[in-house]
Amino acid sequence: MIKIENLVKRYGQKYALDGISLEINHGDVVGFLGPNGAGKSTAMNIITGYLSASSGNVYINDISVLDDPILVKSMIGYLPEQPPLYIDMTVREYLNFVFDLKKCTYSRKKHIDEICSVVKITDVSNRVIRNLSKGYRQRVGIAQALIGNPPIIIMDEPTVGLDPKEIIEIRSLIRRLGERHTIILSSHILSEIQAICERIVIIDSGRIVADKPTDELARFVQANKKYNVKVAGPKSEVLALLMSLDGIKSALHTGEEDGGVYIYTVEAEAGVDVRKLIFSSLAENGWPMMGLEEQTVTLEDVFISIVDNNNYKKEKSKRASWDDDDNA
Amino acid sequence: MIAIYKREMLSYFTGSIGYVFIAVFLALTGGMFSVCTLFMGESSSISTFFIGVMFIYSIVVPLLTMKSFSEERKSRTEQLLLTAPVSLTGMVMGKFFSAYTMFAGSFVLSCVNFYTLFRFGTPNVAVLVSYAVGILLIGAAYVAIGLFISSLTENQLIAAIATIGALIVMLVISFVNQYIDFYPVRAVLDWISIYSRFSNFTFGILDISSLFYYFSICFVFLFLTVRVYEKRRWS
Repeated sequence: MIKIENLVKRYGQKYALDGISLEINHGDVVGFLGPNGAGKSTAMNIITGYLSASSGNVYINDISVLDDPILVKSMIGYLPEQPPLYIDMTVREYLNFVFDLKKCTYSRKKHIDEICSVVKITDVSNRVIRNLSKGYRQRVGIAQALIGNPPIIIMDEPTVGLDPKEIIEIRSLIRRLGERHTIILSSHILSEIQAICERIVIIDSGRIVADKPTDELARFVQANKKYNVKVAGPKSEVLALLMSLDGIKSALHTGEEDGGVYIYTVEAEAGVDVRKLIFSSLAENGWPMMGLEEQTVTLEDVFISIVDNNNYKKEKSKRASWDDDDNA
Repeated sequence: MIAIYKREMLSYFTGSIGYVFIAVFLALTGGMFSVCTLFMGESSSISTFFIGVMFIYSIVVPLLTMKSFSEERKSRTEQLLLTAPVSLTGMVMGKFFSAYTMFAGSFVLSCVNFYTLFRFGTPNVAVLVSYAVGILLIGAAYVAIGLFISSLTENQLIAAIATIGALIVMLVISFVNQYIDFYPVRAVLDWISIYSRFSNFTFGILDISSLFYYFSICFVFLFLTVRVYEKRRWS
């Protein structure tokens, strides 16, 4: 459905995108994940035809954006990072305008009413956009993208700046939309992308560093779980015990609390749940465990592990090629 | 294009800018009319009025065009227009026609002034009509220049001031002309000047070369506006 070929965007000497290739199938819900400034928005702006690439191409249903921009644009609904709202219009006036702008052929009232009820803005539809809260503005932005029922919907950081309740609502809305549309969305929050998307594309400094189905990435992330363990007991002996346990890769003493309680950070080996073992072996020695918590995995952790992994692979392949040279 | 035209017209009248524009336009035009004809005594000539409003419009029209593109750029709403299935030309033309409708509509309203001429005198209708056509053409050129300058900046104030400056320069260029001895320069300046073309309408003649001149000014600046957007996409 969407084919991105070696996309490069250069601003002077700086590469905002440095050769991105990607294929997205009909009905996929794909998340672009990466830190701010990684090139997520640039990629989206190019797919939607707002910007042009320095080189490379984007095909929607095998049609290039450059060849028939109007046809391609009519197949995409886009919610940019900042919703493009005319704040002096009412919600309904605005949606009517977008309806005309996209040259829709549906029955106007029915189509707009339907979208309003899907994104739950029916009760504010006669209010001026200027007076709406951030959450409602975001919904109007999504409504705008949905008008004309485009097969592809692209959303740039759709939940930024919303309160937790709104975030949950918007997420479930996007999940529902995913049943009927191909969706690309971006975020710099790992858990959000995990909650919504079936496939995660991690972008860093203009390059794709990982492109995996969500459950596979989740396994990858779980591979090296870390725990914070609080134990009341002699520091060095506890540490020695922790390190000696099966399935523990490393253990470090990382802090101290009042009353002789020490904090250790334990890294488990891939795929092993070491919590039971830690508990029982500490109990055998009569050292009470005061706390055990899993360290939450952040985007940075995934990043570092993936980037490290990539570097490792690269070095390995380099070495392999040197070996080849030697053989030759 | 029609959607953009309709939205622009709506935005003139949901905010205050449309009303303020029409009020200022009518007041200044009416004032100029009184000064140039009714209070002139015996030597009244309608041409003074038209030359006067030509300068007034060079200040009023930028108020109309200043926000056209700069506001869209600042509030990022241009992202909607540029990712919608609309051509750049359609977008620019929608903006042009809406601003021009405001200008031409206000001017037509102000033609009520001419009633007094017919009531108290016997004006030459042909001259009056050709002047009016001339003003409508000049207005189109002003609007096109204003739109172009508005597309260059996201600051409305800069857009307005730069447009006023550019229009006034294009008007007075032919006055400077008298002091230049070098013929080629004079010819070029004369060619650029909005004012010198206008004098052709004085005798009630619709001069083809003048019509062509004003149309080409419109075309060039609207074309440049499209190019500005085209270029921004690639840079």
